Amino acid sequence: MTSRVDAGRFATTWLAPIIALLIAAIVGDVLILTFGQSPGAVYRLLLEGTWGNAYGFGQVLYKATTLTFTGLSVALGLRAGLFNIGAEGQLAAGGFAAAIAGLLLPAGTPVLLAAPFCMLAAFAGGGVVGAVPGALKARFGASEVIVTIMLNFIVLAFLNWIVATKLHVGESLHTPPINAGTLPRLSDVAHSFHGSAANATIILAIATAVAVGWFLFRTRAGYDLRATGLQPDAAEYGGISVPREHFRALTLAGALAGLGGVNYVLGYKQYYEEGFAAGSGFLGIAVALVGRNHPAGVPLAALLFATISQGGLAVNAIVPKQMVEVLTAVVIIAVAVTVPEVQRLVGAARRRVAA
Amino acid sequence: MSREPDARGLRPEARGTAESRATSHESPFLVATGIRKRFGAVEANRNANLEVARGEIHALVGENGAGKSTLMRILAGLHDPDGGTVTLDGRDVTGWNTRQAIDAGVGMVHQHFMLVPTLTVAENLVLGQEPRAGIRLDRAAAAAEVEALGRATGLVVAPNRLVSDLSVGEAQRVEVLKVLWRGAKLLILDEPTAVLSPPEVKDLWQVLRRLTSEGSTVVLITHKLDEVMEISDTVTVMRNGETIGRVATRDASPAAIAKMMVGRDVVLAGTDRPDAIGQRTEDLPSHGNSMGSDSIEHDLSGGEKSSVQSHLTPLSVLSVRDLNVPSGLGEHAVRGVSFEIRPGEIFGIAGVEGNGQSELVEAIAGLRTVSSGSIVLGTRDITVLDVRMRGDAGLSHIPEDRHRRGLVLDYPLEDNFILGRQHHFTRRGVLDRRAITANGADLVKSYDVRPPDARLPAGALSGGNQQKVVIAREMGREFSVLLASQPTRGVDVGAIEFIHAQIRAAAASGRGVLLVSADLVEVLALANRIAVMYDGRFACVLPRSEASPEVLGPYMTGLAGKVA
Repeated sequence: MTSRVDAGRFATTWLAPIIALLIAAIVGDVLILTFGQSPGAVYRLLLEGTWGNAYGFGQVLYKATTLTFTGLSVALGLRAGLFNIGAEGQLAAGGFAAAIAGLLLPAGTPVLLAAPFCMLAAFAGGGVVGAVPGALKARFGASEVIVTIMLNFIVLAFLNWIVATKLHVGESLHTPPINAGTLPRLSDVAHSFHGSAANATIILAIATAVAVGWFLFRTRAGYDLRATGLQPDAAEYGGISVPREHFRALTLAGALAGLGGVNYVLGYKQYYEEGFAAGSGFLGIAVALVGRNHPAGVPLAALLFATISQGGLAVNAIVPKQMVEVLTAVVIIAVAVTVPEVQRLVGAARRRVAA
Repeated sequence: MSREPDARGLRPEARGTAESRATSHESPFLVATGIRKRFGAVEANRNANLEVARGEIHALVGENGAGKSTLMRILAGLHDPDGGTVTLDGRDVTGWNTRQAIDAGVGMVHQHFMLVPTLTVAENLVLGQEPRAGIRLDRAAAAAEVEALGRATGLVVAPNRLVSDLSVGEAQRVEVLKVLWRGAKLLILDEPTAVLSPPEVKDLWQVLRRLTSEGSTVVLITHKLDEVMEISDTVTVMRNGETIGRVATRDASPAAIAKMMVGRDVVLAGTDRPDAIGQRTEDLPSHGNSMGSDSIEHDLSGGEKSSVQSHLTPLSVLSVRDLNVPSGLGEHAVRGVSFEIRPGEIFGIAGVEGNGQSELVEAIAGLRTVSSGSIVLGTRDITVLDVRMRGDAGLSHIPEDRHRRGLVLDYPLEDNFILGRQHHFTRRGVLDRRAITANGADLVKSYDVRPPDARLPAGALSGGNQQKVVIAREMGREFSVLLASQPTRGVDVGAIEFIHAQIRAAAASGRGVLLVSADLVEVLALANRIAVMYDGRFACVLPRSEASPEVLGPYMTGLAGKVA
């Protein structure tokens, strides 16, 4: 019986995204055919341009790294029953904080000291941005959806204002480069990755996913947070303060997105630049959705969306790049449709097993 | 909207006035044969049969999940059966839709009211088939029709009142009227008495008798055996989606029906028919129940030392003084309630739902803030403590709504067993999985939770077993006072037995129990002292020996009793 139940769980978790991908692939075929191209050729090109060579794969890894952080951020919020649409602003704030931290450090600070310091700054920077909707939600019951969306604009505009007026580097929209804390790139280890932005932040992303999983499923705080998300009334009955959980969850979600700023600032450009976060926050919602809000699913979903995104560049020669954006949207819609449906079917089967 | 004199008069064909039927054949009115219905992987009906004669009141009984509602929904056209046939008056109507069912005179009154609270009674009734004056709703005509129908059937409700202002009993009358207004000759009622006080139930029975005497037919879904015995002509029993049997009520006994429902002998212990068992005396219904009692002893022996502490602790285990609990803006749901519970006592609160019982219990449990008054547990004032601290101080709480409050349905049982006690299963902020699993396996076993797998999500269990999980969590630990709110709601007969035994055992070991139940029979069967709550106050507090449905009924409806 146990194994059948586990099989049921596996099916609810993974069957839906797989079916969604198949649907997306079919819609993609139709789209490609309308451009007069052969789907097989386009998909082959897409794969060759991403997983088929070291540079493309490196770019996929780099993009997946940022998406893992924003995906974890959205997933954590959803586990607490909250929709964090603010990962974009939190990511930017985290990157900015990391850049400031790197600027404050004296040049020549050893990386083992500087990098953690900058990471902490990124974590805190995102956390502060997440704490605002968290506090408003906990204190006044303000809708976190509205607050996080609007806060994106405020945060991005505020950071731009600082960069433009205080930390301006001539004829650019970025801060001066950091003095210390630069992370090694993948190409430093394996030369074939030369030119790609993939860097050591990947390790941080995986470690963060593991830590989030541990937090959610192994700690009491995680137990309280998930109970709040599933059934707030039951959580309250169980002695859990729902407002406190909401505050905690949004703050932590903001911090996770903020940590993603490390990838760009410490790993890639060594400075904060306007617009580096563009799109990553919103795509994080899709990543969380496809990754089933699970810390193991999120990195895989991040890889998927990173592949589609990078693949768009690869197939640009024969079909418009915008096609992959349509494909991304189809994946999201297909997941949104199939997940509840598949869940219902599998849930019914599980109930029968239990009965 | 003004009460225009009935200028337009009654429509002669005022629909639904249950015109007596022409020739009544000997052939049955409604026959369902070999009905099968599957929802995903769940087989709700396997071999369901039903035969209803014209003009009778037919009771359909069975435990929760026996498939009664599914069968009725098939008859009313809400579901298509996967197999089997339904005939009405000899005509094959298998798989019809609701429109066809209504047109053929089959109407269903659902367990949960389907009324629009912001509309008037008349507007609710005519909804979908409004009499019109031009393009406007002809309110006067609607009201007049409703009034005429009410007079004809004895279901009197003022047509121009807002549904939101109605009592539950009145709202139910409107539901029945609505079905009649659509011309129903066959009424299906799904657990109609769940929310009614005894006088309201009596009224409903009168209406149903009147309707059948005028040629209508009634199918009544219920799991209360006393209702079956009182009102029905024929009983059909279902179990596990199958029809087990059909008997004439006068040839059946409650015990026989209960046995058919559960599939084994059941000790009724006053839960279903107080007068049939002879449990109306003042002494507590005796301990010995067939199942579960041995496991209880195991669980409780570890708790407190002994039950002979009445000399040592003459004081109350729970004392509530002048409690006022706000409900909404400026309103008070609980007004100046005071009571004490002594060790070993079961204090029952009866009353129609919505009179402040829920708010009172939630205030004691710490889920609602009080505006004044005090709550003392043993010797400790807990009025301002939070939920967790109250739990640690010895308060256990079986909440009225286990799906909303009592369980996290997606959590495995073992995680549900620690809800409210997480901090006792944590080391340095990390959950102690080994202890949680051991605790889960232990409780599943000693409280006979089925299936016995603590890793299943709580949502996968039947209602009775879910309630066992809540009870295991709240009673499988040390506590001095148990708040039991609607402890057997939606639970099957076998589990009711078990839960009642547990509550009695808790009292027998010197703990105090506050029992709140809308089921008067349950309160009478368990409590030593009974209060009736009406409009936020205790309308009366009586020892069990002075209480009976007849005595308590008037208090429940507010007809008797000023606050003492």
